[in-house]
Amino acid sequence: MVQALNQFKETPSQTAGPYVHIGAVPNFCGITGVYPEDLGKTMVSDGVRGERITVTGRVIDGGGNPVGDCVVEIWQADAGGIFNSPEEHRAGADPYFTGFGRCPADTDGRYSFETIKPGPVPGPGGATMAPHITFWIVARGINIGLHTRMYFSDEETANAQDPVLAMARPLGREATLIGKREGDTVRFDIHLQGENETVFFDV
Amino acid sequence: MNETLSNRRKEAAPFPARDRNWHPAADTPGYKSTVLRAPKKALIAFESTLSEKTGPAFGHNMLGELDNDLIHNFAKAGGSAIGERIVVHGRVLDEMGRPVPDVLVEYWQANAGGRYRHKKESYIAPLDPNFGGFGRSITDREGYYYFRTIKPGPYPWPNGVNDWRPAHIHFSVFGSGFAQRLITQMYFEGDPMVAKCPILNTISDKRAVEQLTAPLDWANSIPMDSLAYKFDIVLRGRRSTFFENRAEGN
Ligand SMILES: [Fe+3]
Repeated sequence: MVQALNQFKETPSQTAGPYVHIGAVPNFCGITGVYPEDLGKTMVSDGVRGERITVTGRVIDGGGNPVGDCVVEIWQADAGGIFNSPEEHRAGADPYFTGFGRCPADTDGRYSFETIKPGPVPGPGGATMAPHITFWIVARGINIGLHTRMYFSDEETANAQDPVLAMARPLGREATLIGKREGDTVRFDIHLQGENETVFFDV
Repeated sequence: MNETLSNRRKEAAPFPARDRNWHPAADTPGYKSTVLRAPKKALIAFESTLSEKTGPAFGHNMLGELDNDLIHNFAKAGGSAIGERIVVHGRVLDEMGRPVPDVLVEYWQANAGGRYRHKKESYIAPLDPNFGGFGRSITDREGYYYFRTIKPGPYPWPNGVNDWRPAHIHFSVFGSGFAQRLITQMYFEGDPMVAKCPILNTISDKRAVEQLTAPLDWANSIPMDSLAYKFDIVLRGRRSTFFENRAEGN
């Protein structure tokens, strides 16, 4: 026998279910008067540094149907590559940018975030990660939240050096992680299954 | 810790890999909604980077006075929700047993009759005009949270011919890093429907199911007012960062 490590198991995940909107975005589903605003609805305020963009797309299931009852959350660095987080010890983040967004999909499976383009972020072993936004998707039928990233189509040089994209490239799946820049809009569809299944991460 | 005496560089520590066998698999045909929604390809694994080691923080000043009182936060003046009054409380800890302070815990549930306040909900049980069915807390310095509510009812759902959800409360928890993000459900001690639930049965290890089942906390019941249930939540812990004084890009 040896000493016990006294470690606990992580609480197991369970699906967010069909009514996740009640808890996550009550105002969106018409239950008003309890919270002044749904969490994560506003990411930027006046005075924000960087390029303002709209990130939008659809979440699609394996039958090609919209995932109209999902909630999408995003987390990203500010324009200088700094996170607005107590765990960020390098520098202070832009006070006009939260970095966190939460958006319920509509019946067409479409989400949309008004945000800014993040700066590059240091990665493992001194590498630099290309500008990217972390996505987390929950819904009925998703037993554990799905974690992925969106990179930007107008960052070809940085993307070519990115250590995470480098893992998807040999699998021929890198394109599923690239949002398409069209003016101030970046389009990023998420496919839960099928030919274009988005790369999801265990991270 | 005094940084000048410590040889530890201040930086967010990474998370050990998730035990994916403890969690439900993605594809669990007994829960039919997973069939078209579970990714089929293998997840790509890598050690958490700054993007996952950091996460949003929410201030205690965000909370309204009744945010953790589901009996009253949607009720008309002088009214209260119908049902068995309960307090749900516990701590948010990490896998190393450390409390996780100042993190947002959100919860939502059906009313005492098993009906959700949602436009797509079609169960014949009535709405309670004084019950919204959701609330939120931020853990204190010891990782503690609590809220008062009514015990939710079980409800039938379209899956098998006659499937019912045991009474449950949905929980969403933020950690200090986005890699800890977790949504789960709490069940109640002694409920015979727990064993029959296709959603709980997505979990293969019986001990993991027990971890989601809150015991009746008799000692903390409030006489002539509320029963109590205790539900501790464990988030992924941060790894010790031995020998990681290398520069992380700056
Ligand atoms: Fe439910």
